[in-house]
Amino acid sequence: MDHNKKKAYLVNTIAVVVLYLVFFVLIQTKTMNNYFVGIAIMTCIMIIMAMSLNIVAGFLGEMALGHAGFMAIGAYASASFSMALIDSGLPLPHLVILILAMIVGGIVAGVFGFLIGTPTLRLRGDYLGIVTIGFSEIIRIFFINFGPTGGAAGLKGITRLVNFHNVYWVTIVIAFLIFTLGRSKQGRAIISIREDEIASEAAGIPTTRYKVLAFSLAAFFAGVGGALYAHYQSFLEPSKFGFMFSIEMFVIVVLGGLGSLTGSIISAIVLTVLPEMLRSFAEYRLLVYSLVLIIMMIFRPQGIFGRSEFSLTAFIESLIQRKNIKNSIGGGEAS
Amino acid sequence: MLKVKDLNVHYGKIHAIKGISFEVNEGEIVTLIGANGAGKTTILQTISGLLKPSEGMISFEGENLNKVPAHQIPVMGIAHVPEGRRIFAEMTVFENLQMGAYIRKDKDQIQEDMEKIFLNFPRLKERIKQIAGTLSGGEQQMLAMGRALMTRPKLILLDEPSMGLAPLLVDEIFNMIQTVNDAGTTVLLVEQNANKALHIANRAYVLETGYIKLSGNARDLLVNPEVQQAYLGG
Repeated sequence: MDHNKKKAYLVNTIAVVVLYLVFFVLIQTKTMNNYFVGIAIMTCIMIIMAMSLNIVAGFLGEMALGHAGFMAIGAYASASFSMALIDSGLPLPHLVILILAMIVGGIVAGVFGFLIGTPTLRLRGDYLGIVTIGFSEIIRIFFINFGPTGGAAGLKGITRLVNFHNVYWVTIVIAFLIFTLGRSKQGRAIISIREDEIASEAAGIPTTRYKVLAFSLAAFFAGVGGALYAHYQSFLEPSKFGFMFSIEMFVIVVLGGLGSLTGSIISAIVLTVLPEMLRSFAEYRLLVYSLVLIIMMIFRPQGIFGRSEFSLTAFIESLIQRKNIKNSIGGGEAS
Repeated sequence: MLKVKDLNVHYGKIHAIKGISFEVNEGEIVTLIGANGAGKTTILQTISGLLKPSEGMISFEGENLNKVPAHQIPVMGIAHVPEGRRIFAEMTVFENLQMGAYIRKDKDQIQEDMEKIFLNFPRLKERIKQIAGTLSGGEQQMLAMGRALMTRPKLILLDEPSMGLAPLLVDEIFNMIQTVNDAGTTVLLVEQNANKALHIANRAYVLETGYIKLSGNARDLLVNPEVQQAYLGG
Protein backbone atom coordinates (compact mmCIF):
# COMPACT_ATOMS: atom_id res chain seq x y z
CA MET A 1 0.00 0.00 0.00
CA ASP A 2 2.62 2.49 1.18
CA HIS A 3 5.00 1.52 -1.56
CA ASN A 4 2.32 2.08 -4.18
CA LYS A 5 1.55 5.48 -2.69
CA LYS A 6 5.20 6.52 -2.95
CA LYS A 7 5.32 5.31 -6.51
CA ALA A 8 2.17 7.24 -7.35
CA TYR A 9 3.62 10.41 -5.85
CA LEU A 10 6.81 9.96 -7.81
CA VAL A 11 5.08 9.29 -11.11
CA ASN A 12 2.71 12.22 -10.69
CA THR A 13 5.49 14.58 -9.70
CA ILE A 14 7.50 13.59 -12.76
CA ALA A 15 4.44 14.04 -14.99
CA VAL A 16 3.76 17.50 -13.55
CA VAL A 17 7.37 18.63 -14.02
CA VAL A 18 7.61 17.20 -17.54
CA LEU A 19 4.37 18.91 -18.54
CA TYR A 20 5.72 22.17 -17.15
CA LEU A 21 9.00 21.78 -19.05
CA VAL A 22 7.11 21.18 -22.27
CA PHE A 23 5.17 24.40 -21.81
CA PHE A 24 8.32 26.19 -20.71
CA VAL A 25 10.15 25.24 -23.87
CA LEU A 26 7.15 26.04 -26.05
CA ILE A 27 6.82 29.48 -24.49
CA GLN A 28 10.56 30.28 -24.54
CA THR A 29 10.93 29.32 -28.18
CA LYS A 30 7.81 31.35 -28.99
CA THR A 31 6.20 28.29 -30.55
CA MET A 32 3.28 29.20 -28.34
CA ASN A 33 2.29 32.80 -28.99
CA ASN A 34 0.62 35.09 -26.48
CA TYR A 35 -2.81 34.04 -27.64
CA PHE A 36 -2.19 30.41 -26.78
CA VAL A 37 -0.48 31.29 -23.50
CA GLY A 38 -3.57 33.29 -22.65
CA ILE A 39 -5.77 30.26 -23.30
CA ALA A 40 -3.47 28.13 -21.14
CA ILE A 41 -3.74 30.62 -18.26
CA MET A 42 -7.53 30.77 -18.52
CA THR A 43 -7.59 26.97 -18.61
CA CYS A 44 -5.62 26.79 -15.35
CA ILE A 45 -8.02 29.25 -13.72
CA MET A 46 -11.01 27.25 -14.93
CA ILE A 47 -9.41 24.06 -13.56
CA ILE A 48 -9.19 25.71 -10.15
CA MET A 49 -12.81 26.87 -10.39
CA ALA A 50 -14.05 23.44 -11.47
CA MET A 51 -12.14 21.55 -8.78
CA SER A 52 -13.33 23.91 -6.07
CA LEU A 53 -16.93 23.61 -7.25
CA ASN A 54 -16.48 19.85 -7.21
CA ILE A 55 -16.01 19.98 -3.42
CA VAL A 56 -19.63 21.08 -3.05
CA ALA A 57 -21.22 19.59 -6.17
CA GLY A 58 -19.26 16.33 -6.21
CA PHE A 59 -18.07 15.47 -2.71
CA LEU A 60 -20.98 16.95 -0.80
CA GLY A 61 -23.43 16.30 -3.62
CA GLU A 62 -25.25 19.62 -3.41
CA MET A 63 -26.35 21.82 -6.24
CA ALA A 64 -24.37 25.05 -6.03
CA LEU A 65 -25.10 27.44 -8.87
CA GLY A 66 -23.49 30.59 -7.52
CA HIS A 67 -19.82 29.83 -7.84
CA ALA A 68 -19.19 32.92 -9.98
CA GLY A 69 -20.31 35.02 -7.01
CA PHE A 70 -17.52 33.70 -4.80
CA MET A 71 -15.08 34.15 -7.64
CA ALA A 72 -16.18 37.78 -8.00
CA ILE A 73 -15.69 38.40 -4.28
CA GLY A 74 -12.20 36.92 -4.43
CA ALA A 75 -11.35 38.87 -7.57
CA TYR A 76 -12.48 42.24 -6.27
CA ALA A 77 -11.10 41.75 -2.76
CA SER A 78 -7.68 40.66 -3.99
CA ALA A 79 -7.53 43.38 -6.63
CA SER A 80 -8.38 46.11 -4.13
CA PHE A 81 -5.79 44.67 -1.78
CA SER A 82 -2.97 44.47 -4.31
CA MET A 83 -3.72 47.96 -5.63
CA ALA A 84 -3.57 49.37 -2.12
CA LEU A 85 -0.39 47.42 -1.40
CA ILE A 86 1.37 48.66 -4.54
CA ASP A 87 0.18 52.23 -3.90
CA SER A 88 1.66 52.08 -0.41
CA GLY A 89 5.05 51.78 -2.06
CA LEU A 90 6.33 48.79 -0.12
CA PRO A 91 9.13 47.23 -2.17
CA LEU A 92 7.69 43.71 -2.37
CA PRO A 93 8.45 41.32 -5.20
CA HIS A 94 5.53 40.67 -7.50
CA LEU A 95 5.24 37.03 -6.54
CA VAL A 96 4.81 37.92 -2.86
CA ILE A 97 2.13 40.46 -3.71
CA LEU A 98 0.31 37.85 -5.82
CA ILE A 99 0.46 35.24 -3.07
CA LEU A 100 -0.81 37.71 -0.48
CA ALA A 101 -3.56 38.83 -2.86
CA MET A 102 -4.62 35.22 -3.43
CA ILE A 103 -4.77 34.58 0.29
CA VAL A 104 -6.82 37.73 0.86
CA GLY A 105 -9.17 36.88 -2.01
CA GLY A 106 -9.54 33.31 -0.76
CA ILE A 107 -10.21 34.27 2.83
CA VAL A 108 -12.75 36.97 2.02
CA ALA A 109 -14.61 34.59 -0.32
CA GLY A 110 -14.33 31.80 2.28
CA VAL A 111 -15.85 34.03 4.96
CA PHE A 112 -18.74 34.81 2.64
CA GLY A 113 -19.09 31.10 1.91
CA PHE A 114 -19.35 30.49 5.63
CA LEU A 115 -21.90 33.28 6.12
CA ILE A 116 -24.05 32.12 3.21
CA GLY A 117 -23.61 28.43 3.94
CA THR A 118 -24.55 28.43 7.60
CA PRO A 119 -28.21 29.44 7.17
CA THR A 120 -28.82 27.94 3.72
CA LEU A 121 -27.36 24.46 3.95
CA ARG A 122 -30.49 23.24 5.69
CA LEU A 123 -31.98 23.43 2.21
CA ARG A 124 -31.31 20.64 -0.23
CA GLY A 125 -31.19 20.08 -3.96
CA ASP A 126 -33.03 22.52 -6.19
CA TYR A 127 -33.89 24.79 -3.25
CA LEU A 128 -30.22 25.28 -2.43
CA GLY A 129 -29.56 25.80 -6.15
CA ILE A 130 -32.04 28.69 -6.27
CA VAL A 131 -30.62 30.28 -3.11
CA THR A 132 -27.09 30.18 -4.50
CA ILE A 133 -28.25 31.73 -7.78
CA GLY A 134 -29.92 34.50 -5.80
CA PHE A 135 -26.78 35.06 -3.78
CA SER A 136 -24.47 35.35 -6.76
CA GLU A 137 -26.87 37.78 -8.44
CA ILE A 138 -26.79 39.94 -5.32
CA ILE A 139 -22.99 39.98 -5.49
CA ARG A 140 -23.03 40.97 -9.14
CA ILE A 141 -25.55 43.75 -8.62
CA PHE A 142 -23.64 44.96 -5.60
CA PHE A 143 -20.48 45.39 -7.66
CA ILE A 144 -22.39 47.10 -10.46
CA ASN A 145 -23.52 49.75 -7.99
CA PHE A 146 -20.49 49.92 -5.73
CA GLY A 147 -18.51 53.07 -6.61
CA PRO A 148 -15.14 52.38 -4.96
CA THR A 149 -14.49 49.35 -7.19
CA GLY A 150 -15.53 51.10 -10.37
CA GLY A 151 -19.19 50.11 -10.49
CA ALA A 152 -20.62 49.05 -13.82
CA ALA A 153 -17.67 50.56 -15.71
CA GLY A 154 -15.38 48.02 -14.09
CA LEU A 155 -12.20 48.10 -12.03
CA LYS A 156 -9.18 49.28 -14.02
CA GLY A 157 -5.49 49.48 -13.28
CA ILE A 158 -4.89 46.14 -11.59
CA THR A 159 -1.23 45.23 -11.93
CA ARG A 160 -0.82 42.15 -14.07
CA LEU A 161 0.99 39.71 -11.80
CA VAL A 162 -0.10 36.42 -13.29
CA ASN A 163 1.88 34.64 -15.96
CA PHE A 164 1.75 31.05 -17.09
CA HIS A 165 4.56 29.94 -14.80
CA ASN A 166 3.02 31.01 -11.51
CA VAL A 167 -0.56 30.11 -12.44
CA TYR A 168 0.59 26.61 -13.40
CA TRP A 169 2.19 25.94 -10.05
CA VAL A 170 -0.68 27.48 -8.11
CA THR A 171 -3.02 25.14 -9.97
CA ILE A 172 -0.82 22.16 -9.10
CA VAL A 173 -0.73 23.13 -5.42
CA ILE A 174 -4.50 23.59 -5.28
CA ALA A 175 -5.06 20.31 -7.10
CA PHE A 176 -2.82 18.58 -4.57
CA LEU A 177 -4.68 20.20 -1.65
CA ILE A 178 -8.12 19.24 -2.94
CA PHE A 179 -6.99 15.68 -3.76
CA THR A 180 -5.61 15.37 -0.23
CA LEU A 181 -8.87 16.73 1.17
CA GLY A 182 -10.82 14.09 -0.75
CA ARG A 183 -8.79 11.30 0.82
CA SER A 184 -8.63 12.72 4.34
CA LYS A 185 -10.92 11.86 7.20
CA GLN A 186 -12.69 15.20 6.70
CA GLY A 187 -13.14 14.53 2.99
CA ARG A 188 -14.56 11.08 3.65
CA ALA A 189 -16.97 12.59 6.15
CA ILE A 190 -18.15 15.07 3.50
CA ILE A 191 -18.58 12.25 0.96
CA SER A 192 -20.49 10.13 3.47
CA ILE A 193 -23.01 12.97 3.85
CA ARG A 194 -23.64 12.76 0.11
CA GLU A 195 -24.10 9.00 0.40
CA ASP A 196 -26.48 9.04 3.35
CA GLU A 197 -27.03 11.92 5.72
CA ILE A 198 -28.90 9.96 8.40
CA ALA A 199 -26.34 7.17 8.45
CA SER A 200 -23.55 9.74 8.71
CA GLU A 201 -25.23 11.39 11.64
CA ALA A 202 -25.72 7.96 13.25
CA ALA A 203 -22.00 7.25 12.79
CA GLY A 204 -21.22 10.36 14.80
CA ILE A 205 -20.38 12.75 11.96
CA PRO A 206 -21.46 16.33 12.70
CA THR A 207 -23.14 16.80 9.34
CA THR A 208 -23.96 20.50 9.58
CA ARG A 209 -20.38 21.38 10.47
CA TYR A 210 -18.99 19.43 7.53
CA LYS A 211 -21.47 20.88 5.08
CA VAL A 212 -20.46 24.39 6.09
CA LEU A 213 -16.79 23.36 5.92
CA ALA A 214 -17.20 22.03 2.38
CA PHE A 215 -19.07 25.14 1.30
CA SER A 216 -16.49 27.50 2.84
CA LEU A 217 -13.54 25.60 1.36
CA ALA A 218 -15.13 25.65 -2.08
CA ALA A 219 -15.68 29.41 -1.70
CA PHE A 220 -12.09 29.86 -0.53
CA PHE A 221 -10.59 28.18 -3.58
CA ALA A 222 -13.07 30.01 -5.82
CA GLY A 223 -11.76 33.22 -4.25
CA VAL A 224 -8.20 32.20 -5.08
CA GLY A 225 -9.30 31.49 -8.66
CA GLY A 226 -10.93 34.92 -8.74
CA ALA A 227 -7.70 36.53 -7.51
CA LEU A 228 -5.75 34.87 -10.31
CA TYR A 229 -8.35 35.98 -12.83
CA ALA A 230 -8.20 39.58 -11.60
CA HIS A 231 -4.40 39.73 -11.78
CA TYR A 232 -4.36 38.15 -15.20
CA GLN A 233 -7.03 40.28 -16.87
CA SER A 234 -5.95 43.41 -14.95
CA PHE A 235 -9.51 44.59 -15.48
CA LEU A 236 -12.69 43.45 -13.77
CA GLU A 237 -16.27 44.06 -14.79
CA PRO A 238 -19.24 42.78 -12.83
CA SER A 239 -21.10 41.47 -15.88
CA LYS A 240 -18.48 38.72 -16.32
CA PHE A 241 -19.63 37.08 -13.08
CA GLY A 242 -23.20 36.49 -14.17
CA PHE A 243 -25.40 33.45 -13.85
CA MET A 244 -24.16 31.95 -17.12
CA PHE A 245 -20.61 31.83 -15.83
CA SER A 246 -21.75 29.80 -12.78
CA ILE A 247 -23.62 27.46 -15.09
CA GLU A 248 -20.53 27.11 -17.28
CA MET A 249 -18.53 25.93 -14.27
CA PHE A 250 -21.30 23.58 -13.20
CA VAL A 251 -21.37 22.10 -16.71
CA ILE A 252 -17.61 21.48 -16.53
CA VAL A 253 -17.99 19.62 -13.25
CA VAL A 254 -20.94 17.51 -14.41
CA LEU A 255 -19.23 16.70 -17.69
CA GLY A 256 -16.05 15.61 -15.95
CA GLY A 257 -17.98 13.52 -13.48
CA LEU A 258 -19.40 14.68 -10.15
CA GLY A 259 -16.85 13.80 -7.50
CA SER A 260 -14.01 13.11 -9.92
CA LEU A 261 -11.26 15.75 -9.69
CA THR A 262 -9.31 14.39 -12.64
CA GLY A 263 -12.58 14.52 -14.56
CA SER A 264 -12.95 18.20 -13.64
CA ILE A 265 -9.42 18.90 -14.85
CA ILE A 266 -9.87 17.18 -18.21
CA SER A 267 -13.27 18.67 -18.76
CA ALA A 268 -12.08 22.18 -17.81
CA ILE A 269 -9.32 21.85 -20.39
CA VAL A 270 -11.68 20.59 -23.09
CA LEU A 271 -14.43 23.12 -22.44
CA THR A 272 -12.04 26.08 -22.27
CA VAL A 273 -9.95 25.13 -25.27
CA LEU A 274 -12.79 23.85 -27.47
CA PRO A 275 -14.68 27.16 -27.85
CA GLU A 276 -11.38 28.87 -28.70
CA MET A 277 -10.44 26.25 -31.29
CA LEU A 278 -13.86 26.63 -32.85
CA ARG A 279 -13.43 30.35 -33.39
CA SER A 280 -12.94 29.85 -37.14
CA PHE A 281 -16.50 28.51 -37.30
CA ALA A 282 -17.61 31.90 -36.02
CA GLU A 283 -21.28 31.82 -35.08
CA TYR A 284 -21.54 28.04 -35.32
CA ARG A 285 -19.12 27.45 -32.48
CA LEU A 286 -21.65 27.79 -29.68
CA LEU A 287 -23.85 25.39 -31.57
CA VAL A 288 -21.06 22.81 -31.73
CA TYR A 289 -20.25 23.38 -28.07
CA SER A 290 -23.86 22.77 -27.08
CA LEU A 291 -24.06 19.70 -29.30
CA VAL A 292 -21.00 18.22 -27.62
CA LEU A 293 -22.73 18.68 -24.26
CA ILE A 294 -25.93 17.02 -25.45
CA ILE A 295 -24.15 14.07 -27.04
CA MET A 296 -22.01 13.64 -23.94
CA MET A 297 -25.01 13.57 -21.62
CA ILE A 298 -26.83 11.06 -23.81
CA PHE A 299 -23.97 8.61 -24.13
CA ARG A 300 -22.16 9.14 -20.85
CA PRO A 301 -24.47 10.78 -18.32
CA GLN A 302 -22.14 10.06 -15.41
CA GLY A 303 -19.47 12.30 -16.91
CA ILE A 304 -16.07 11.44 -18.31
CA PHE A 305 -14.84 9.55 -15.29
CA GLY A 306 -18.02 9.04 -13.30
CA ARG A 307 -17.03 9.16 -9.65
CA SER A 308 -13.65 7.48 -10.08
CA GLU A 309 -10.30 9.14 -10.59
CA PHE A 310 -7.90 8.71 -13.47
CA SER A 311 -4.68 7.29 -12.09
CA LEU A 312 -1.50 7.81 -14.04
CA THR A 313 0.32 4.90 -12.37
CA ALA A 314 -2.50 2.50 -13.12
CA PHE A 315 -2.62 3.79 -16.70
CA ILE A 316 1.10 3.24 -17.20
CA GLU A 317 0.90 -0.22 -15.70
CA SER A 318 -1.94 -1.16 -18.00
CA LEU A 319 0.11 0.09 -20.95
CA ILE A 320 3.08 -1.96 -19.90
CA GLN A 321 1.09 -5.08 -19.37
CA ARG A 322 -0.86 -4.44 -22.55
CA LYS A 323 -3.89 -5.94 -20.99
CA ASN A 324 -6.99 -6.17 -23.07
CA ILE A 325 -9.13 -5.14 -20.19
CA LYS A 326 -8.50 -1.48 -19.77
CA ASN A 327 -11.54 -0.78 -17.70
CA SER A 328 -10.02 -1.51 -14.32
CA ILE A 329 -11.36 0.87 -11.72
CA GLY A 330 -8.26 3.04 -11.43
CA GLY A 331 -7.39 3.61 -15.04
CA GLY A 332 -10.79 3.25 -16.60
CA GLU A 333 -11.58 4.88 -19.92
CA ALA A 334 -8.14 6.32 -20.20
CA SER A 335 -7.32 5.53 -23.79
CA MET B 1 -28.79 1.05 31.25
CA LEU B 2 -31.31 2.76 28.96
CA LYS B 3 -34.42 4.25 30.52
CA VAL B 4 -37.27 5.75 28.58
CA LYS B 5 -39.93 7.53 30.59
CA ASP B 6 -43.29 8.91 29.41
CA LEU B 7 -41.97 9.45 25.93
CA ASN B 8 -44.14 11.48 23.57
CA VAL B 9 -43.16 12.23 19.99
CA HIS B 10 -45.06 14.29 17.45
CA TYR B 11 -44.65 14.56 13.70
CA GLY B 12 -46.18 17.98 13.27
CA LYS B 13 -49.72 17.45 14.55
CA ILE B 14 -49.56 13.68 14.47
CA HIS B 15 -49.06 12.16 17.89
CA ALA B 16 -46.88 9.15 17.02
CA ILE B 17 -45.68 8.03 20.46
CA LYS B 18 -48.15 8.44 23.28
CA GLY B 19 -46.42 8.17 26.61
CA ILE B 20 -44.18 5.14 26.37
CA SER B 21 -41.95 3.93 29.20
CA PHE B 22 -39.53 1.03 29.04
CA GLU B 23 -36.03 0.11 29.97
CA VAL B 24 -33.13 -1.97 28.74
CA ASN B 25 -30.73 -3.52 31.22
CA GLU B 26 -27.10 -4.23 30.59
CA GLY B 27 -26.41 -7.44 28.68
CA GLU B 28 -30.00 -7.99 27.58
CA ILE B 29 -31.63 -8.37 24.23
CA VAL B 30 -34.85 -6.42 24.39
CA THR B 31 -37.22 -6.34 21.46
CA LEU B 32 -39.99 -3.97 20.48
CA ILE B 33 -42.51 -5.72 18.26
CA GLY B 34 -45.62 -4.43 16.59
CA ALA B 35 -47.29 -3.81 13.28
CA ASN B 36 -46.49 -1.10 10.75
CA GLY B 37 -47.09 2.35 12.14
CA ALA B 38 -46.90 1.24 15.76
CA GLY B 39 -44.01 3.65 16.33
CA LYS B 40 -41.06 1.29 16.59
CA THR B 41 -38.74 3.17 14.26
CA THR B 42 -39.80 6.49 15.74
CA ILE B 43 -38.69 5.32 19.17
CA LEU B 44 -35.25 4.28 17.93
CA GLN B 45 -34.80 7.51 16.03
CA THR B 46 -35.72 9.50 19.09
CA ILE B 47 -33.21 7.59 21.22
CA SER B 48 -30.44 8.30 18.74
CA GLY B 49 -31.33 11.99 18.55
CA LEU B 50 -32.61 12.06 14.98
CA LEU B 51 -36.03 13.08 16.28
CA LYS B 52 -36.76 15.26 19.29
CA PRO B 53 -39.31 14.15 21.89
CA SER B 54 -42.12 16.55 22.68
CA GLU B 55 -42.35 15.22 26.22
CA GLY B 56 -40.70 12.66 28.41
CA MET B 57 -37.17 11.68 29.12
CA ILE B 58 -34.56 9.30 27.76
CA SER B 59 -31.54 8.50 29.90
CA PHE B 60 -28.54 6.32 29.24
CA GLU B 61 -26.31 5.21 32.10
CA GLY B 62 -27.85 7.96 34.22
CA GLU B 63 -27.30 10.73 31.68
CA ASN B 64 -30.14 12.61 30.09
CA LEU B 65 -30.09 12.21 26.29
CA ASN B 66 -32.83 14.72 25.45
CA LYS B 67 -30.47 17.59 24.68
CA VAL B 68 -27.65 15.54 23.13
CA PRO B 69 -27.28 16.17 19.37
CA ALA B 70 -27.49 13.11 17.11
CA HIS B 71 -23.79 13.01 16.24
CA GLN B 72 -22.85 12.88 19.93
CA ILE B 73 -25.01 9.84 20.65
CA PRO B 74 -22.47 7.32 19.27
CA VAL B 75 -19.80 8.96 21.43
CA MET B 76 -21.90 8.03 24.47
CA GLY B 77 -21.92 4.38 23.41
CA ILE B 78 -25.14 3.94 21.47
CA ALA B 79 -24.93 2.74 17.88
CA HIS B 80 -27.91 2.84 15.55
CA VAL B 81 -28.37 0.50 12.60
CA PRO B 82 -31.06 2.38 10.72
CA GLU B 83 -34.00 0.85 8.92
CA GLY B 84 -33.21 -0.05 5.33
CA ARG B 85 -29.51 -0.44 6.15
CA ARG B 86 -28.42 2.91 4.73
CA ILE B 87 -24.87 1.93 3.94
CA PHE B 88 -22.63 4.36 2.02
CA ALA B 89 -23.40 2.83 -1.36
CA GLU B 90 -20.57 4.27 -3.39
CA MET B 91 -17.83 3.59 -0.88
CA THR B 92 -16.08 0.25 -0.49
CA VAL B 93 -16.82 -2.17 2.34
CA PHE B 94 -13.56 -1.14 3.98
CA GLU B 95 -14.38 2.57 3.75
CA ASN B 96 -17.82 1.96 5.21
CA LEU B 97 -16.29 0.30 8.24
CA GLN B 98 -13.77 3.13 8.50
CA MET B 99 -16.59 5.65 8.55
CA GLY B 100 -18.09 3.68 11.41
CA ALA B 101 -14.93 4.31 13.38
CA TYR B 102 -15.16 8.04 12.67
CA ILE B 103 -15.57 9.01 16.33
CA ARG B 104 -12.55 6.99 17.47
CA LYS B 105 -8.92 7.97 17.51
CA ASP B 106 -7.27 4.73 18.71
CA LYS B 107 -5.86 3.51 15.39
CA ASP B 108 -4.47 0.13 16.51
CA GLN B 109 -7.66 -0.89 18.21
CA ILE B 110 -9.73 0.16 15.20
CA GLN B 111 -7.72 -2.35 13.18
CA GLU B 112 -8.26 -4.96 15.86
CA ASP B 113 -12.02 -4.34 15.93
CA MET B 114 -12.18 -4.62 12.19
CA GLU B 115 -10.55 -8.04 12.39
CA LYS B 116 -13.11 -9.06 15.00
CA ILE B 117 -15.93 -7.96 12.74
CA PHE B 118 -14.46 -9.97 9.86
CA LEU B 119 -14.34 -12.96 12.17
CA ASN B 120 -18.07 -12.64 12.78
CA PHE B 121 -18.90 -11.63 9.22
CA PRO B 122 -16.42 -13.51 7.03
CA ARG B 123 -18.34 -12.51 3.94
CA LEU B 124 -17.43 -8.89 4.49
CA LYS B 125 -13.77 -9.79 4.46
CA GLU B 126 -14.17 -11.49 1.10
CA ARG B 127 -15.70 -8.33 -0.26
CA ILE B 128 -13.53 -5.79 1.48
CA LYS B 129 -12.67 -3.83 -1.67
CA GLN B 130 -16.08 -4.14 -3.26
CA ILE B 131 -18.34 -1.12 -3.67
CA ALA B 132 -20.95 -1.48 -0.96
CA GLY B 133 -23.90 -0.75 -3.21
CA THR B 134 -23.16 -3.91 -5.18
CA LEU B 135 -23.52 -6.20 -2.14
CA SER B 136 -26.58 -8.36 -1.69
CA GLY B 137 -29.24 -7.33 0.79
CA GLY B 138 -27.99 -9.69 3.47
CA GLU B 139 -24.40 -8.56 3.05
CA GLN B 140 -25.49 -4.94 3.22
CA GLN B 141 -27.25 -5.69 6.50
CA MET B 142 -24.07 -7.30 7.82
CA LEU B 143 -22.11 -4.26 6.71
CA ALA B 144 -24.55 -1.91 8.42
CA MET B 145 -24.17 -3.92 11.63
CA GLY B 146 -20.41 -4.04 11.23
CA ARG B 147 -20.28 -0.30 10.71
CA ALA B 148 -22.29 0.26 13.88
CA LEU B 149 -20.06 -2.13 15.84
CA MET B 150 -17.02 -0.13 14.76
CA THR B 151 -18.09 2.59 17.21
CA ARG B 152 -17.56 0.04 20.02
CA PRO B 153 -21.07 0.54 21.32
CA LYS B 154 -22.37 -0.51 24.72
CA LEU B 155 -25.87 -0.56 23.29
CA ILE B 156 -26.79 -1.29 19.69
CA LEU B 157 -30.15 -0.27 18.23
CA LEU B 158 -31.25 -2.54 15.40
CA ASP B 159 -34.10 -1.38 13.21
CA GLU B 160 -35.75 -4.24 11.28
CA PRO B 161 -32.58 -6.14 10.43
CA SER B 162 -34.56 -8.90 8.72
CA MET B 163 -36.43 -6.58 6.37
CA GLY B 164 -36.48 -7.81 2.79
CA LEU B 165 -34.16 -10.75 3.35
CA ALA B 166 -34.55 -14.37 2.30
CA PRO B 167 -35.53 -16.76 5.16
CA LEU B 168 -32.10 -18.41 5.29
CA LEU B 169 -30.40 -15.05 5.60
CA VAL B 170 -32.84 -13.99 8.28
CA ASP B 171 -31.66 -16.93 10.37
CA GLU B 172 -28.07 -15.94 9.75
CA ILE B 173 -28.68 -12.34 10.77
CA PHE B 174 -30.43 -13.42 13.97
CA ASN B 175 -27.53 -15.72 14.80
CA MET B 176 -25.23 -12.77 14.41
CA ILE B 177 -27.33 -10.63 16.71
CA GLN B 178 -26.99 -13.40 19.28
CA THR B 179 -23.21 -13.46 18.75
CA VAL B 180 -22.95 -9.71 19.15
CA ASN B 181 -24.92 -9.94 22.36
CA ASP B 182 -22.80 -12.82 23.67
CA ALA B 183 -19.74 -10.65 23.12
CA GLY B 184 -21.18 -8.20 25.64
CA THR B 185 -23.14 -5.64 23.64
CA THR B 186 -26.64 -4.86 24.83
CA VAL B 187 -29.23 -5.04 22.05
CA LEU B 188 -32.45 -3.15 21.49
CA LEU B 189 -34.13 -4.84 18.55
CA VAL B 190 -37.10 -3.57 16.59
CA GLU B 191 -38.75 -6.24 14.47
CA GLN B 192 -41.83 -7.14 12.53
CA ASN B 193 -40.75 -10.73 12.52
CA ALA B 194 -42.10 -11.22 16.03
CA ASN B 195 -41.53 -14.94 16.12
CA LYS B 196 -37.79 -14.70 15.45
CA ALA B 197 -37.35 -11.68 17.67
CA LEU B 198 -39.10 -13.31 20.64
CA HIS B 199 -36.94 -16.39 20.26
CA ILE B 200 -33.66 -14.57 20.83
CA ALA B 201 -34.84 -11.78 23.16
CA ASN B 202 -34.86 -11.78 26.95
CA ARG B 203 -37.69 -9.35 27.26
CA ALA B 204 -40.17 -7.79 24.87
CA TYR B 205 -42.59 -4.90 24.56
CA VAL B 206 -45.56 -5.13 22.25
CA LEU B 207 -46.43 -1.79 20.65
CA GLU B 208 -49.71 -0.72 19.18
CA THR B 209 -50.22 2.67 17.52
CA GLY B 210 -48.04 4.63 19.86
CA TYR B 211 -48.43 2.91 23.21
CA ILE B 212 -47.26 -0.26 24.90
CA LYS B 213 -49.93 -2.91 24.89
CA LEU B 214 -48.08 -5.75 26.55
CA SER B 215 -44.70 -6.36 28.04
CA GLY B 216 -42.86 -9.13 29.73
CA ASN B 217 -40.55 -12.05 29.39
CA ALA B 218 -40.01 -12.97 25.75
CA ARG B 219 -40.75 -16.61 26.42
CA ASP B 220 -44.03 -15.84 28.14
CA LEU B 221 -45.10 -13.57 25.31
CA LEU B 222 -44.32 -16.27 22.81
CA VAL B 223 -47.10 -18.41 24.29
CA ASN B 224 -49.41 -15.52 25.13
CA PRO B 225 -52.65 -16.16 23.17
CA GLU B 226 -53.16 -12.47 22.41
CA VAL B 227 -49.66 -12.13 20.95
CA GLN B 228 -49.99 -15.41 19.11
CA GLN B 229 -53.16 -14.34 17.44
CA ALA B 230 -52.06 -10.82 16.51
CA TYR B 231 -48.39 -11.26 15.59
CA LEU B 232 -47.51 -14.91 15.29
CA GLY B 233 -50.25 -15.90 12.90
CA GLY B 234 -52.15 -18.30 15.01
